[in-house]
Amino acid sequence: MRKIRADLHLHTCLSPCADNQMQPTAIIEQAKKVGLDMIGICDHNSAENVSAVMKAGKREGLAVIPGIEITSQEEVHILGFFNTEQDLMYLQDMVYDNLSGENREQFFGPQTVVDEWDHVLGTNHRLLIGATNLTVEQIVKAIHNRAGLAIASHVDRERFSLIGQLGFIPKGLGLDALEVSTPSSIKQGYDYPVVTFSDAHFLEDIGKSYTHFMIEDVSVDEIKKALHNEMGRRIIVR
Amino acid sequence: MKLTELIQKLNLSVRSAKGNLEREVTGGYASDLLSDVLANSKEGNIWITLQIHQNIVGVASMKDIAGIILVNSREPESETLEKAEAEKVPIMVSEMPTFELIGMLYSLGIVGTKQ
Repeated sequence: MRKIRADLHLHTCLSPCADNQMQPTAIIEQAKKVGLDMIGICDHNSAENVSAVMKAGKREGLAVIPGIEITSQEEVHILGFFNTEQDLMYLQDMVYDNLSGENREQFFGPQTVVDEWDHVLGTNHRLLIGATNLTVEQIVKAIHNRAGLAIASHVDRERFSLIGQLGFIPKGLGLDALEVSTPSSIKQGYDYPVVTFSDAHFLEDIGKSYTHFMIEDVSVDEIKKALHNEMGRRIIVR
Repeated sequence: MKLTELIQKLNLSVRSAKGNLEREVTGGYASDLLSDVLANSKEGNIWITLQIHQNIVGVASMKDIAGIILVNSREPESETLEKAEAEKVPIMVSEMPTFELIGMLYSLGIVGTKQ
């Protein structure tokens, strides 16, 4: 069993609100510099830079978990993590089918698609900052249908959080965990395991919040076991 | 003013708790952030929102809201309706957008909750 320091909620230059320096090579370099063993990539309503960061991670020896941050029709952010890029792409298709509008760069920021060497491949024209017409229940179910992990983003914030938007956690939602942005806001009494990640939109924020996992190897299945306290796997709450 | 009068004057379509419309409305609150409604709405208020998730019923029950009006002809989700029937929370649908609806409510004498 290994103690893995993980920050699974990072954005790339694909997210309109993220800094343009959030490119694969720079993200991996910074993550290693701050001592992370595992990162996750979760751009808003798209996963088109995940493959590039995974390749860069493989090249530099850092584990990268494929993910996405989906905006529900209630404007709640839900993170989805997957074992394979294929599962992730399935979710991305579902999101695209339920997301309308076109991005206006001058208002919301650029949405740059890059390769593993930070070369620009193109621009995503969808309104990634927008909300899908999927409910939180539909999103969690769809993530689980592809054997993924569903985690409610930054529930300690007012905006775009499950608790902020919907007042309280709907019964029977079946999340795998709740994410908080600041470790001090971890409260007892939630019905779900609590993790803390940075939600970094800038390089300097990578690893500012992280969670330690005691797991056998770096995979979504192992993280799932840790969240559910199975077979000796667990999360270490600071 | 009673809920029944508002329903008639604003041409609202009642979707749940049809036996619970005789209540007096104490004022109005408008917000789509449910945590904000929990914090700031008052007992007996009419609540104007576009959220259709089942949690609107939980919030309305907790705060003892007189009724919920959904704007822009938005229909509640089926789970929302089931809960609303069980909790006897009246949900009404208006064709009007929020701004027009609140203007009408205000002219009928329903005012906001002063902080």
